[in-house]
Amino acid sequence: MMAELRGKLAIAGVGLAGCGEAPGRTEIEILADASRLAVADAGLTLRDIDGLLTASTTSFMPALSVAEYLGIRPSFSDSNSVGGASFVSHLIPAALALEAGLCNAVLVAYGSNQRTGMGRRNQGKIKAELDPMAYEAPYRPFNPPTSYALAAARHMYQYGTTREQLAEVAVAARRWAQKNPEAFVRDPLTIDDVVNSRMISDPLTVRNCCLVTDGGGAFVLTRADRARALPQPPVFVLGMGAAHWHRQISQMPDLTVSAASESGPKAFAMAGLHPADIDVVELYDAFTINTILFLEDLGFCEKGAGGGFVEDGAIAPGGRLPVNTNGGGLSCVHPGMYGIFTIVEAVRQLRNQAGERQIAGAEVALCHGNGGMLSSQVTAILGTAATV
Amino acid sequence: MSDSHSNPGPEQQFHDALSHGQFQIQHCADCDRYVFYPRVQCPHCGGHHLSWVRPAGLGTVYSVTIVRKKPADGGDYNVVLVDLQEGVRLMGRVDGIANEAIRIGMRVHVEVKQEGGKAIVVFVPNAGVIA
Repeated sequence: MMAELRGKLAIAGVGLAGCGEAPGRTEIEILADASRLAVADAGLTLRDIDGLLTASTTSFMPALSVAEYLGIRPSFSDSNSVGGASFVSHLIPAALALEAGLCNAVLVAYGSNQRTGMGRRNQGKIKAELDPMAYEAPYRPFNPPTSYALAAARHMYQYGTTREQLAEVAVAARRWAQKNPEAFVRDPLTIDDVVNSRMISDPLTVRNCCLVTDGGGAFVLTRADRARALPQPPVFVLGMGAAHWHRQISQMPDLTVSAASESGPKAFAMAGLHPADIDVVELYDAFTINTILFLEDLGFCEKGAGGGFVEDGAIAPGGRLPVNTNGGGLSCVHPGMYGIFTIVEAVRQLRNQAGERQIAGAEVALCHGNGGMLSSQVTAILGTAATV
Repeated sequence: MSDSHSNPGPEQQFHDALSHGQFQIQHCADCDRYVFYPRVQCPHCGGHHLSWVRPAGLGTVYSVTIVRKKPADGGDYNVVLVDLQEGVRLMGRVDGIANEAIRIGMRVHVEVKQEGGKAIVVFVPNAGVIA
């Protein structure tokens, strides 16, 4: 069934807003700014938008709030939240709804003022009341870093992965960010800087952890025939796959194997492609261990070989595989849920609009969203017209 | 179909037993596997014939991290995942040893402690482990 959807849907517009710091802006203002830009980029108006997908860490009924704010009356909406993998995950219901004729132009949108808005500590306290993790909370995991640190420690124990290899991921992200004028942090960064920065939850130092920024992103998805008639080069959806096996880190069956090992093969099968066919990779790098785990689980290298794979600048500019070309969550933008930024960057790369960081001749991109505590994993493979 | 709900659920039963110093996990009669955290049905097979058992209390550290906090904020503390011999995994804390000395693979056993008016499960290294 899913294979029949290959190439049937396309991203027609993308937008970013408020990335970095957006003081005095509400989440929905940032979301609406990104949405306006994405809809305009698609050559459409908000009147054309009849499908809406959104998610939020603060709103209880985000699709209702967003539709009201934008003044749209969607015939299809959904606000499934699988943490930061949302927005990549939204491709799947959006594609099914478009194919079923429930709607004709879907807006997927996100906005957050996590850096300059309401304090994260307050939010954390409120969430702990509403949604307690009763069997972990007594031990005060400093989440999310502690959960990802437990995965990193296990990977190091089992496969000999080193702190220097984890640091390679952060350095590569920074080197990409230095080529991206929109990236929030562009200072030089060395492996020693990463290893010697302040320890947060062993073995993860602060430079192994993503940024905390404001920011929003949006994209517009239509059926392929319509996208071909719109102004931007369409970016076609070739493959999609989603999986989740746990929520809390204590319930993850094997801390060295994520559900990306299920979502990835599903997406590759739908696309009829293999890891070697991918020109550019956009992974949700909330922490440096993510990139290593996902490169393994998605099949770019063997399980356990991820540390060696990223050595010597292999995923940095000029390396063998371009990964997180915008600078990623580690150096570009990370406002709570990063998933949508993997899509926006992949679209820019496939449209040949990525400026100094453009991967020459990029035809196929892989986007991978992660949510919760390595919990939800969603893979999307996108391609240019030549790949359909 | 409906179930009787006249008794407290497994979460409250777990905490009631723990407050009396008893750490219990569940055993599934349908698939003969152990279950933690407590649930109304077995996550392995969907069966609902779960009963409380007292595990041997022996386990192995599966992973460990040290959360770094300033002394003014209470100082550093460890967070571990421990695999019990019955095959279930728990988050916890290892007491009685320096944080830096906790190793993956270390053998530990369960103790129930009272902390701030609440009972919690912690782990202590088995005899022979040098602190």
